[in-house]
Amino acid sequence: MEYSTLSAVDIRERVVRGELKAEDLCRAVLDRIRALNPQLKIFLAVDEAGSLAAAREVDRKRAAGEVLGPLAGVPITLKDNLCTKNFSTTCASKILDGWKPPYNATVVERLKAAGAVLMGKANMDEFAMGSSCENSAFHPTFNPWNPAYVVGGSSGGSAAAVAAGITPLALGSDTGGSIRQPAALCGVMGFKPTYGRVSRYGLMAFASSLDQIGPFAYSAEDAALLMSVISGHDERDSTSAEIDVPDYRAQLSGGLKGLKVGLPKEYYGEGLDPEVRAALETAKQVWRAAGAEFVEVSLPHTEYCLAAYYLVATAEASSNLARYDGVQYGLRGEGGHLLAMYGATRAQGFGPEVKRRIMLGTYALSAGYYDAYYKKALQVRTLIQRDFNAALKQCDLILTPTSPTPAFKLGERMDDPLTMYLSDIYTISVNLAGLPGLSVPCGFTSQGLPMGLQIIGPAFAEAKLLQAAHAYQAQTGWHKRRPVL
Amino acid sequence: MSIDYEIVVGLEVHVELATRSKIFCGCSTQFGAEPNTQVCPVCLGLPGTLPVLNREVLNLAIRAALALNCELAEHTKFDRKNYFYLDSPKAYQISQFDMPLAKNGYLDITSPNGAVRRIGITRVHMEEDAGKLLHAGQGGQIGNATSSLADYNRTGVPLIEIVSEPDLRTPEEAYLYLTGLKEILEFSKISDCNMEEGSLRCDANISVRPLGQAALGTKAELKNMNSFKNVRAGVEYEAKRQIRLLNEGGRVVQETRAWDAEKGVTRSMRSKEEAHDYRYFPEPDLPMILLTADMVETVRETLPELPQAKRVRFQTQYGLNEYDAGVLTATSELAEYFEAAAMGTNPKAVCNWLTVELLGRLNVEGKTIAESPVKPGQLNALVKLIESGELSGKLGKQVFAEMAEKGEAPQVVVKRLGLAQISDVDSLKKIVMDVLAANPGPVAEYRGGKAATLGFLVGQIMKVSRGQANPQKVNQLLREELEP
Ligand SMILES: [Zn+2]
Repeated sequence: MEYSTLSAVDIRERVVRGELKAEDLCRAVLDRIRALNPQLKIFLAVDEAGSLAAAREVDRKRAAGEVLGPLAGVPITLKDNLCTKNFSTTCASKILDGWKPPYNATVVERLKAAGAVLMGKANMDEFAMGSSCENSAFHPTFNPWNPAYVVGGSSGGSAAAVAAGITPLALGSDTGGSIRQPAALCGVMGFKPTYGRVSRYGLMAFASSLDQIGPFAYSAEDAALLMSVISGHDERDSTSAEIDVPDYRAQLSGGLKGLKVGLPKEYYGEGLDPEVRAALETAKQVWRAAGAEFVEVSLPHTEYCLAAYYLVATAEASSNLARYDGVQYGLRGEGGHLLAMYGATRAQGFGPEVKRRIMLGTYALSAGYYDAYYKKALQVRTLIQRDFNAALKQCDLILTPTSPTPAFKLGERMDDPLTMYLSDIYTISVNLAGLPGLSVPCGFTSQGLPMGLQIIGPAFAEAKLLQAAHAYQAQTGWHKRRPVL
Repeated sequence: MSIDYEIVVGLEVHVELATRSKIFCGCSTQFGAEPNTQVCPVCLGLPGTLPVLNREVLNLAIRAALALNCELAEHTKFDRKNYFYLDSPKAYQISQFDMPLAKNGYLDITSPNGAVRRIGITRVHMEEDAGKLLHAGQGGQIGNATSSLADYNRTGVPLIEIVSEPDLRTPEEAYLYLTGLKEILEFSKISDCNMEEGSLRCDANISVRPLGQAALGTKAELKNMNSFKNVRAGVEYEAKRQIRLLNEGGRVVQETRAWDAEKGVTRSMRSKEEAHDYRYFPEPDLPMILLTADMVETVRETLPELPQAKRVRFQTQYGLNEYDAGVLTATSELAEYFEAAAMGTNPKAVCNWLTVELLGRLNVEGKTIAESPVKPGQLNALVKLIESGELSGKLGKQVFAEMAEKGEAPQVVVKRLGLAQISDVDSLKKIVMDVLAANPGPVAEYRGGKAATLGFLVGQIMKVSRGQANPQKVNQLLREELEP
């Protein structure tokens, strides 16, 4: 069955109308995974039994005339840092190889309740630390548009699953750009909601004050559908906001007319790839033609974002990852006594990038360095938040590139962590400010690699971001292009 | 020439709060369950789980802060205290660092000589408890264990840490501070303060300095004291050790020491250089807490009267002496019992019955006031019977014994045994006339001027009436009959 260009909205409607059996679709997805995964290496684990059972349950409900959920029969891919009960969840790390959580993440519960069919767990950079998926302890993932190139990261597997037409929807997590950057590099839409919009319960923490779960989809409409299912307060996450969740799909119309759009001058300077710059220029013309008005804004503390981010994120990570000690679960290294066991477990279990960040974060929190590093970073973070608040007083939305470059070649940046960190230069500030940010495809390079633009909005203005992306997609159709596989 | 030294002690007390569930999850806090049966993904620290603050923990912690006269913070937050050890499944403890719940409180202690000293309380903060470990192999220590077992039932049990100022000057003061603290916490139903079950633990910071010197000496932190008496003994030993060291020309080093109760000595555990760097930082999973005046006032309203205030009130309201007021306010249960029993009757009489008869009896039987067979209402009724003259004080004791034996109401006992005091004039007059008729000799003596004979006649009347005759009325009737 050829289903790979069907949207989630289409699938659900066909299932509801009885034109499509969820089980048939699920089998087609499993077939496609079998066909594509050996070359693209998107999945770390495929849940054949679980997905078929969920699909059959949707079919049974329909046959029995029961109410079908908003994602009935829709296949979805999960990033492997989202806990799935009794099903492998590894964070792409050797330290958790074979671990099966005894509980489901809140988003997983919500997806199941909505009738979604969970296909399996997607590859990622180990513990979400990376921008290329090459830090996975198991294998990199290859870009569906050109397998010589990376998919971006850390949610690279999730982005690729959508790009390759395996599942119309996927979930990722974004700490400094980990949804938006791979979305841009894979030519799909990726959405990091406002901090607190989606429950983090069951998301294995990288940096708790920055992490946020969000969707991948080709269209704004599909992303809106998924957003309405996963958003909302969760009593198990004290940082989830008690703010009502609108029906995002019902609020998609509105267009770009009359929108005041801010262009932060600091985001269009040096280091921006000429093809990406050109694509942004073309996109601006589309927006302008559709009635948007541009204003220049300034985010003066932009140059400190990267430093602040790598202090806050690594400090939190050093603490969040301390629990992987070989005592209760996961890998246990051999050692004569407790400290040796800890050492062996962590030396064998963590990859080099994870170790690098744990060291950095531990250092930043150490006695005598806390004030100079961690505390200073928190102060900078406050300044960055103020920058955005001030800029968003002059405009409705902010438009920037998502990534300074299109996808790079596998191996190209592995020996140069700083250049790798620069992949997230336009996205990390949004996490530091806790704001929603969305990446939408905006064209292709001469080599046929996708590029994305980023839309940033005020806190909890998810509907506004989706509206703008939806209107832009209606004008361009970049999201209708598919890689040849 | 030997110098006089002053001992300086500050105490850090960890108290388990009396909540039904843990601080950040819904697991039970019940003591004594099978290992690892009161656990869930949250308190096991499984990846992806998040803490959610139990509101009851906050309420009890606020109550403790109020009971200890602290200033409550307007904003308070949790922090992570990072360390690797088997007892901490997350490898960090959620505690409070630079924005504790409350600061600047005090606790008054009264020395046996009656002097009151105000001991400052630096801070009160909330935190989670760690797991319990069992080390197999030599010595029961992790260093030479062949294997270790971890029980996470206690992980996430809510604690408050109460840190005193270095205001304590003697081992005895440390002891008095702890008993005073325990009294307040028990009274306010903040904790059951059971040291055997680990719901109250104490560390002591001890230093000495030449008398008159303002600067503090180098301190040692003393751990592992599992009773108040051990704290007193440990402080005493450690202070003497430091003084001896200084007198011998030595130097006290900053270190953590453990009290060995069996040998009665302290020994070094780790030096300052080996001390952990806990890398505290704000807990990102829990939002800052804003303590509104409303919240604090709501808790203040539930705060029971504290022992000291109650002691003063018992003296003024009930006219009791200081000693009795002290006895009756030793526990909240006893104080509540007394007030219920004293309602509408003579409080001093109730106090006597309660402290002399009832407590004596309970003591012998090893029972608490809550287990008393005589209920407050019954004691109240007994005292009322005596006060109204329906029962003589002497027979009261017999009635009380029956009440304590059978759990019966005094009216029931009086009726069953026929012990009611005879107060009606006609019945009494008949007895009086009979006794006078039977004792013409003493009657003549009395009339002849020997007034003391009256006592003999009263005695005869009491005997005939089996003690039930109302003595005042008997006296009155006798005089009427014998006067010319
Ligand atoms: Zn629990």
